[in-house]
Amino acid sequence: METLVKVIVFQLKNNQYGVNIQQVRSIERLQNVTEVPQTVDFIKGVINLRGEITPIIDLKERLHIGETEYTDDTRVLIININTIQVGLIVDAATDVIDIDSSIIDAPPEMIGGVTEDYITGVAKLEDKLLILLNLECVLNMDEIKKIEEVVED
Amino acid sequence: MDTDQYKEIFLDESREHLQAVNDNILKLEKNPNQLDLVNEIFRSAHTLKGMAATMGFEDIASLTHQMENVLDLIRRNELAVTTAVIDITFEAIESLEEMVSEISEGGEGKKDVSHLVSQLERIEKGTASQKVDNIDKEVSVDMNLDQYQSTIISQSKDQGYQAFQLTIQLNEDCMLKAARVYMIFEALEELGEVIKAVPSVEELEEEKFEQSFSLILLSKENEFIIEKRVKQVSEVYSVKVFSLDQIQKEEVTVIEASTEDSKVHEEKPQSKSKSAASKTIRVNIERIDHLMNLFEEMVIDRGRLEDLSKKVGDQELIETVEHMSRVSQDMQGMMLTMRMVPVEQVFNRFPRMVRGLAKDLNKEIELKISGADTELDRTVVDEIGDPLVHLIRNSMDHGIESPEKRVQQGKEKTGTLELRAFHSGNHVIIEIEDNGAGINREKVIEKAIANELVTEECSEKLTNEEINDLIFASGFSTADQVSDVSGRGVGLDVVRSKIESLGGHIFVESEKGRGSKFSIQLPLTLSILATLLVKVVDETYAIPLSSIEETVLLKPEQIMNMQQQPVMDFRGKVIPILSLAEVFQVPSYQKSTEQGNTAVVIVKKGEKMTGLIVDSFIGQKEVVLKSLGELLQDVKGISGATILGDGRVSLIIDSNALVK
Repeated sequence: METLVKVIVFQLKNNQYGVNIQQVRSIERLQNVTEVPQTVDFIKGVINLRGEITPIIDLKERLHIGETEYTDDTRVLIININTIQVGLIVDAATDVIDIDSSIIDAPPEMIGGVTEDYITGVAKLEDKLLILLNLECVLNMDEIKKIEEVVED
Repeated sequence: MDTDQYKEIFLDESREHLQAVNDNILKLEKNPNQLDLVNEIFRSAHTLKGMAATMGFEDIASLTHQMENVLDLIRRNELAVTTAVIDITFEAIESLEEMVSEISEGGEGKKDVSHLVSQLERIEKGTASQKVDNIDKEVSVDMNLDQYQSTIISQSKDQGYQAFQLTIQLNEDCMLKAARVYMIFEALEELGEVIKAVPSVEELEEEKFEQSFSLILLSKENEFIIEKRVKQVSEVYSVKVFSLDQIQKEEVTVIEASTEDSKVHEEKPQSKSKSAASKTIRVNIERIDHLMNLFEEMVIDRGRLEDLSKKVGDQELIETVEHMSRVSQDMQGMMLTMRMVPVEQVFNRFPRMVRGLAKDLNKEIELKISGADTELDRTVVDEIGDPLVHLIRNSMDHGIESPEKRVQQGKEKTGTLELRAFHSGNHVIIEIEDNGAGINREKVIEKAIANELVTEECSEKLTNEEINDLIFASGFSTADQVSDVSGRGVGLDVVRSKIESLGGHIFVESEKGRGSKFSIQLPLTLSILATLLVKVVDETYAIPLSSIEETVLLKPEQIMNMQQQPVMDFRGKVIPILSLAEVFQVPSYQKSTEQGNTAVVIVKKGEKMTGLIVDSFIGQKEVVLKSLGELLQDVKGISGATILGDGRVSLIIDSNALVK
C-alpha cells in the first residue's frame, strides 16, 4: 500500500533533511534571541513567538554537525511535540513535498555524521537523498536533561 | 434523571453548607445554650439532605437525615448539647465531607454510614427518657417571633390585648384540612387577631402541614373562651392555649426599655442577608483564568504602546496611552481581586482539626486565628492548605508539650497555637506560632549528623539560623518516635518546596523552651509582578521588586575584597557582591577596568543580602511572568521570562538562587 507523507524540506550544511509537516507549526525568520545562561550550548536561548516564550535550538549543534552561522536564509522551524514548543534553527527551509512511503528506506548506520537514532529513514528522491529526522528523539527531554547535568558538573 | 449538570452546583453548595455546619458546631460547643446556632445547623443539614436526595446520593441523605433528627431534639430542648453529641456530629460531617469530595472526583459518593447512623439513632432514642418537658421553652423556640411581632405583642398589651399561643391538632381523618384551617381562622378573627402561624398561613391554606399547627393570637378574651370557640369547629382533635405573657416577658421588657435599640438590631441582619443573596454570582475559575490570560496579552501590548508613544513623542498620543495605562492598571487590580479569596477558606478547617488532634495527643491546645479575612490569589489558597496542615500538626506534635510537662516547666497548662495572616507590602504573611518547646538545637545537630546532612566539625560553627534551616532538609525528623501525626521524615522539606513553588518563602524563628514561629511569605499574585529592569551588556534582565532592598552606585574604592570575594559595606553590614555578567556568562562581556561608578542592585533573601553588579538601571516595570517551558526548567538563577514592550524576551532573575 502506498501512502503519501507531507514533509518540510530544509537544509543543514549541504544536506537536505525532512520533517513531517504535522509536527511543524510555522517557519519563522530568526530574530531577537534572548540567551539563557547556564544551559547546554545547543540551546541558543528563547524568542517571543506571538506572546509565547519559545526556546530555540541550533539543530546542527544538537546533531553534532557543526555550528550555524546566521544568514538571510536562516530560518526557525517551530515544532510542536508532546506539548513542548521549540524552534529549530536551520540553514534554509526550501520546500514542502509529498513523499511516497515506498521510497523511504530504513536508516543506514551512519549518515553525514548524524547517528541513526535521530533518523526515521532516508527518502530517495530523483536527484538526491532526503534524511527524515526523528524529532521526538532529537528533542528527547531525558537526553537533554542528561546533557544539562553534565554541563552543570 | 440526568443530574450531571447540577453536580458542580451541588458540590459547591454542599461544601458551603458543610462548612457552615462545621463553624456553627464549633461555636455551639463553646455556647451550648445558643439555640439559634442549632437552628442554623439544622437548616444547613436540611438543605444538604434535600440536595443529596435529589441528586441520588442516598448515603449522604440518610446520614444527614439522622443528623437532622438529633439536631431537632436539641432544637426542641429535648437533648442537651454534650461532648458526645458534638463528637458524633463531627464524625458525621467528616464522613459527609469525604463523600462530597469523592463525588467531586467522579465517584458515587458511597460510604458505609450505617455505623454513624445507628450511633445517631441511639442518641436520638436514648434521650426519650431525659425529655425536658418544658413547654414554655418549647413554645418560644417553636414560634421564633421576630422583633416586629414582639413589638406588636408588647404594644397591643398596652391596649388590653393578651397574646396567646394556640396549638391545634386536627383529626387524623380530616379530609379538607384547608377548609378547617379557614374556619378556625375565621373563628379566631372574631376574638382577636392572628399575628403569626407556624407553618405560615399560605402553607396552611395549601395543606402543607400534617395534623397540627400553631399560631399566635392577640385577644381580649381569656384562654377558655378561645379554646371553646376553636373546639366549635368540627374535626378539631385538640386545642392547647397558653398565654404568651410569661414567655415573652424577658423579651418584652427589653423592647419596652428601648425601642430604638431594637430597631437597630432589626435592620442589621436583614441588610446583611439581602446583600449576600443578590450580589454574588458564581463564575467558573477557568473563565477568570482565561480573562487573566487575555489581560496579560494586553499588558504586553500596553508596554509596547508606552514605548511607541515615547518614541513618537506626540503629546496627545502620550496622554491617551497614559490614560489607558492607568485604566488598565485599575483593571488589573480588579482582575486580581476577582481571583482573590480570603484565607478563611483554608483556615476554616483548622479548628476542628486542632480539636481532634489535641484529643488524640492528650494535649490541651488553644487555637487562635487572626486575619482570616486576608485575601490571597485563589491558586495560592488552593495549594497552601496542605503545607499549613503539616506545619500545624508539626507544632502540635513536636512543639507543644503535654499538660503535665507544661505545668512542670511553670507554663500554663494549655498551650496556644496562633495562626495569623496579614499583608506586608506586596506579600501576604502567614504565621504559625506556638508557645511550646521550641527547636532543640542539640537534637537537630545530632540528627543532622546522623543523617549525614552536616559533619561534626561543621556543626559547631552553625549559627542558629542555619540550624533552624536544617529542619527543612529532606529526610529530617527529630521525633524519636514515629507518631501517627508527624515524624515520618517526609515533611518540612516538602512544605518548603511547595511554598517555594508558589513563589513564597518560609522562615522559622525559635527559642528553646519558649516556642517557635514559622512564617510563610507568599506573593499576592502569581502572574504579574513589579520588576526593576537592568541592563547587562546587551541583555535586559528583570529583577522582582519584592526581593530588592536597594539600588546603589558604588565608587571603585567602596568595593573591597575578602578572601578573593568582592564585598561591599551596606549600612554597617558586609555583603558579598556578584557580577551578573559573570554569573550568567553574558557573551562579549569584558570586565571593565574603567574607574567609573558601579551600579549595584542589593537583593535580599530573608536576612541575607547580596549585591548584584549590573551595567545600568533601566527602570521599574510591571511584567507578565511566563515560564521558560519544559525544555528549560530549573535554570539556575532564572525564574522565568517576560516579553518587553519592544517584543524582546527578557529573563526574570530569581535572586533567591543568587543570594548565598
